[in-house]
Amino acid sequence: MDEFEPKIVGFLCNWCTYAGADLAGTSRMQYPANIRPIRVMCSGSVDSAYILRALLGGADGVLVGGCHPGDCHYVSGNYKARRRITILKEIMKTLGLEDERVRIRWISASEGKRYADTISQMTSDVKKLGPNPVGTFWWV
Amino acid sequence: MAKQILVKVKNKNPGQSVNSLLADLLHKGLLEGILVPQILPSKESVVQTLVTEPEKLKEADVLAPVLPVSSAQIVSDMTRVAASPKPLGLVMRACEIRALVELVKLKQASLENLLIIGVDCLGTYSVRDYADIVSRKEDPIHVLLQGAKEGKEDPYLRSACRVCEYSVPTSSDLIVGLIGLDWEKEVLLKAGSDKGEKILAALNMSSSGTSSQREKMVSQFSQQRMKKRDELFSRTQKEISGWENLSSFFATCINCRNCMTACPICYCKECFFNSSTFEFEPAKYLERTNRKGILKMPTDTLLFHLGRMNHMAVSCVGCGLCEQACPSNIPLLKIFKMVGHQVQEIFEYVPGRNLEEEIPLAVFKEDELQEVGEE
Repeated sequence: MDEFEPKIVGFLCNWCTYAGADLAGTSRMQYPANIRPIRVMCSGSVDSAYILRALLGGADGVLVGGCHPGDCHYVSGNYKARRRITILKEIMKTLGLEDERVRIRWISASEGKRYADTISQMTSDVKKLGPNPVGTFWWV
Repeated sequence: MAKQILVKVKNKNPGQSVNSLLADLLHKGLLEGILVPQILPSKESVVQTLVTEPEKLKEADVLAPVLPVSSAQIVSDMTRVAASPKPLGLVMRACEIRALVELVKLKQASLENLLIIGVDCLGTYSVRDYADIVSRKEDPIHVLLQGAKEGKEDPYLRSACRVCEYSVPTSSDLIVGLIGLDWEKEVLLKAGSDKGEKILAALNMSSSGTSSQREKMVSQFSQQRMKKRDELFSRTQKEISGWENLSSFFATCINCRNCMTACPICYCKECFFNSSTFEFEPAKYLERTNRKGILKMPTDTLLFHLGRMNHMAVSCVGCGLCEQACPSNIPLLKIFKMVGHQVQEIFEYVPGRNLEEEIPLAVFKEDELQEVGEE
């Protein structure tokens, strides 16, 4: 049987993490092709509903990437994202919904290596978790 | 100035005595109007009414154990555009007051010129159960008070009320107290703020005194309810844990969104889940279908409930009106109350406790939750 290749949706902020991903690419760093990046203006613009929608639609993991605390292009978007993700993860934990599938990470435009490492780590962790069970439920 | 007085009850009818107090507030011009629950002529239900004529308070019923809508929503409707120009009294229960405090923080209501008159709440029945009790020629208040007196588990109590920690209203200017008193003889009228103290003084009532039993009984009452709450949480956690159980919990949902309409915290004029974000072109439906080969219609049922939970759980006061509004009788209270309790604990936030405390989603601290971005 083929090895399970997780689908990971990445909401990457335009100013830091997306640029970090760009740097990883232009620096020819190797990392798994499991990430599906979506460029967003700020990690603070990612409503929990978008993350849930990805999971319910069959994503095996969701990564939100933002600027390091203190470095947000919009001053405080990442701090708000941090609270929002904390709440989402707590709700998922309370309902037994494998909150490990959702992550928020701070990766700056100069951290191509950190981006590649983050994707490698998350891909391997989600592989261990296995496919997202709700990914096959059509009745939700 | 007396902070509390004991009001003598006539004809073993505490409700009537409270009504004459309210009438007094209007007569003396201390208030221009009062928002107060009133029994409908058919007796089948109780609705909130705004009263300016003291005579019209005769059928008011501040103790009627039923909650068709949260008065927090009514006050929001009345004061969202501008604060009340005249002093108004609001007769409300603890859960309604707590929801109102949240709405004020969300800038959906103004407390200016308003006097909150909180009434002790022993619990409420669903609108349907209340009407049933009336149709059997019984008096719901009598059923409730008698049950409470005998200390029996009331089979009609709404699930929210069975596990409610707040029998005594918080953030009130005046409190009408029943717990710990022999309410066939006397009720407590207590000031909860400077404003309330002034009103109490202006009422110029002689009989002052205290109830030695009250504090003990109130804390006993909350302890019992909290124990039941925690038992409910552990049962619920087992019942709904995991995607499979969660999806079967919501299996009978018909997407009517009554839960959102009835929720006092869900104030958005246009819910995100009704917005154009969720309007798709035909091609998008097919694209989504192709992922699993099949797509439930209407779509996104579980997404709506989980998304709504993410938006309002920090402010959930556990009133259970979502559950009362559900035409499919989905026991929503237990899941929303449990989730709310968990997320509120992270921020040590108690919705409705204090106007000064900011809603966790509206603020942040720089040096918090560092582990969330690292792990």
